[in-house]
Amino acid sequence: MSTPVEVSTELEELTNSKKHSRPVVAVVVLFGGMFALLMAIGLSISFGAADIKLATVWTAVFQFNPDVTAHQIIREIRMPRVLGAAMVGACFAVAGALMQGLTRNPLADSGLLGLNAGAAFMLAICFAFLPGLPYMYLIMYSFLGAGLGVGIVYGVGSMSRGGLTPMRLVLAGAAVSALLGALSEGVALYFRIGQDLAFWYAGGVSGTKWIHLQIMSPWIIGAMIGAVILSRSITLLSLGEEVAIGLGQRTKSIKLIGMLIVLILAGAAVSVVGAVGFVGLIVPHLTRFLVGHDYRWIIPCSIVLGGLLVVLADLAARMINPPFETPIGALIALIGVPFFLYLARKGGKEL
Amino acid sequence: MKETQILPKGQHKAKTRNFVIIGILSLLIVLMFIISMNTGYIKLSPLEVIRTLFGYGTDKQELILFEFRLPRIVISILVGMGLAISGCVLQGISRNALADPGILGINAGAGLAVMLFISFFPSTTATPVFFLPILAFTGAGVAAIIIYSLAYKRHEGITPMRLLLTGVAVAAGISAAMIVLTLRLSPENYQFVATWLAGSIWGSNWKFVLALLPWIVILIPFVFAKARVLNVLNLGDLTATGLGASIEKERRVLLAAAVGLAGASVSVSGGIGFVGLIGPHLARQLVGARHQFLLPAAALTGGLLVLIADTIGRWILQPSEIPAGIVVAVIGAPYFLYLLSRLKD
Repeated sequence: MSTPVEVSTELEELTNSKKHSRPVVAVVVLFGGMFALLMAIGLSISFGAADIKLATVWTAVFQFNPDVTAHQIIREIRMPRVLGAAMVGACFAVAGALMQGLTRNPLADSGLLGLNAGAAFMLAICFAFLPGLPYMYLIMYSFLGAGLGVGIVYGVGSMSRGGLTPMRLVLAGAAVSALLGALSEGVALYFRIGQDLAFWYAGGVSGTKWIHLQIMSPWIIGAMIGAVILSRSITLLSLGEEVAIGLGQRTKSIKLIGMLIVLILAGAAVSVVGAVGFVGLIVPHLTRFLVGHDYRWIIPCSIVLGGLLVVLADLAARMINPPFETPIGALIALIGVPFFLYLARKGGKEL
Repeated sequence: MKETQILPKGQHKAKTRNFVIIGILSLLIVLMFIISMNTGYIKLSPLEVIRTLFGYGTDKQELILFEFRLPRIVISILVGMGLAISGCVLQGISRNALADPGILGINAGAGLAVMLFISFFPSTTATPVFFLPILAFTGAGVAAIIIYSLAYKRHEGITPMRLLLTGVAVAAGISAAMIVLTLRLSPENYQFVATWLAGSIWGSNWKFVLALLPWIVILIPFVFAKARVLNVLNLGDLTATGLGASIEKERRVLLAAAVGLAGASVSVSGGIGFVGLIGPHLARQLVGARHQFLLPAAALTGGLLVLIADTIGRWILQPSEIPAGIVVAVIGAPYFLYLLSRLKD
């Protein structure tokens, strides 16, 4: 039996030899990313139908004056929107990172594995059968729906003869997403709620209100803290099931808790922005490329970079074709698809 | 003809059985045809339908039957046939049980081409009905070429799984591009495109039957004539070359035919997925893997499937409708999952 100290040095050696970690780069990415995120948030608040100077943004945040219209716009419309975008991006990115680490599947992403479609389907059901349900409960149905989606995908994947290969999961995910998407569409048509739903999803983050953020944040913050606590175990798990068990990890409970966190993150994000895919695919890969394979760095960096990606996407969505808003999901897919193709070609040797 | 003589006795039986099955499928289509003519916002009893068909109906009944229901039924059957044959050919030439023009992104390519046209020439939507299948064919062809070349790896060629993954990704990319494009559309065109994307038999008009018919009438017999080639291709490249089939050439010609069928079908039916997957699979379970029987049986099951889906969609929530594509996806996706779970790598 080895003492804890020995285990941790063993772990250091293992992570260093098999998967290098770059703490210095990670710190730079983390703080650089935060700075960029703040800049992007500032830009995003100042940009819009009513042009507002960055200086006004500053005063609106720190010396709020309810009599100034610009301050009102910033406080009531633009700030919740941009903060919502940052939160949603962080959620999708961390959910993707956790899934990739837990399943050792480089193509794991909440959009590809049916979570997003499941959450969106549940929202459609809520709009149809429980109209006017407060957001507080809506978000919980969204978690349930995410669980439903991923449950079917993994159920089918594990029933397969060849076991759970990444390719099989993606195909099962595509079929389940098609099914749940069709069902949502059918429900929307049957109950004539197509417009409400379309507004809810395609509106992107533009409909985000303070109340959404208030209800969302405890869940998200809790899940993020959980992810950070779990990150060391996930690094071990990503090295292989045997290694993790050998180092004394309870892999079953880690996987269970990890998936719960993923459900909360993806469910919360979908309940705000709709079924946006590929954020959870791109960001963790990019982060791993930059900071190495230690999830203690990957997860915090994914939070920052995921937030940055969606804030920038939202900014671009408003700039491309004003006064219309291009759906964020479509924009991110345009980056995500080539990236996915690249990963699929490589056959997932990385990770 | 000589082939029948060499066949052992058991296969004669199988052959008779297959003819019976194809006969039953045809009967089912006729039956569904009659049911579908009765179904709709305005009910027509079977007797009234028959009376109207022979020219003894009221003006209103004639209008409903000849101008609305009949063309729509004919189009459903043709589209189902086109997609199922397309899927059957794709499965045959790629030896991939999950190939289908929808999953491979070919339908999406056709859709994008049609949408691009509508968004750039919005005023001419009414006129060029015959132009739509050609346009869709071009789009489907471009998508097929892109997917094929992206999935191609030197030294390894094409693997079935990589082809599917590439198709899934390209389809996702094209749908994203389509969503962006829809925003540029005027409200009327937007309505049109939205219904079209959901996979609705929207072209319920004889003009569309005429636009679709030449493609179906030329390409389906052409594929039937290639049934033997498909049988050989199904054996695998090495055997096929050994048997003297110039595989690459045959494969390309058949691929073009499959793309043409899928493109033309999609141009009038929009995004109906899974038909090309389910049709051939059901047919294979019924009549076996030999393409001489498989192709006609697949055409019939495909036609039947879309006709049933469209009828259910019209019947379920009158007076509005559920697009056939949604009904097919609800049946098709679980079936795809079932196939996936049984598939070996």
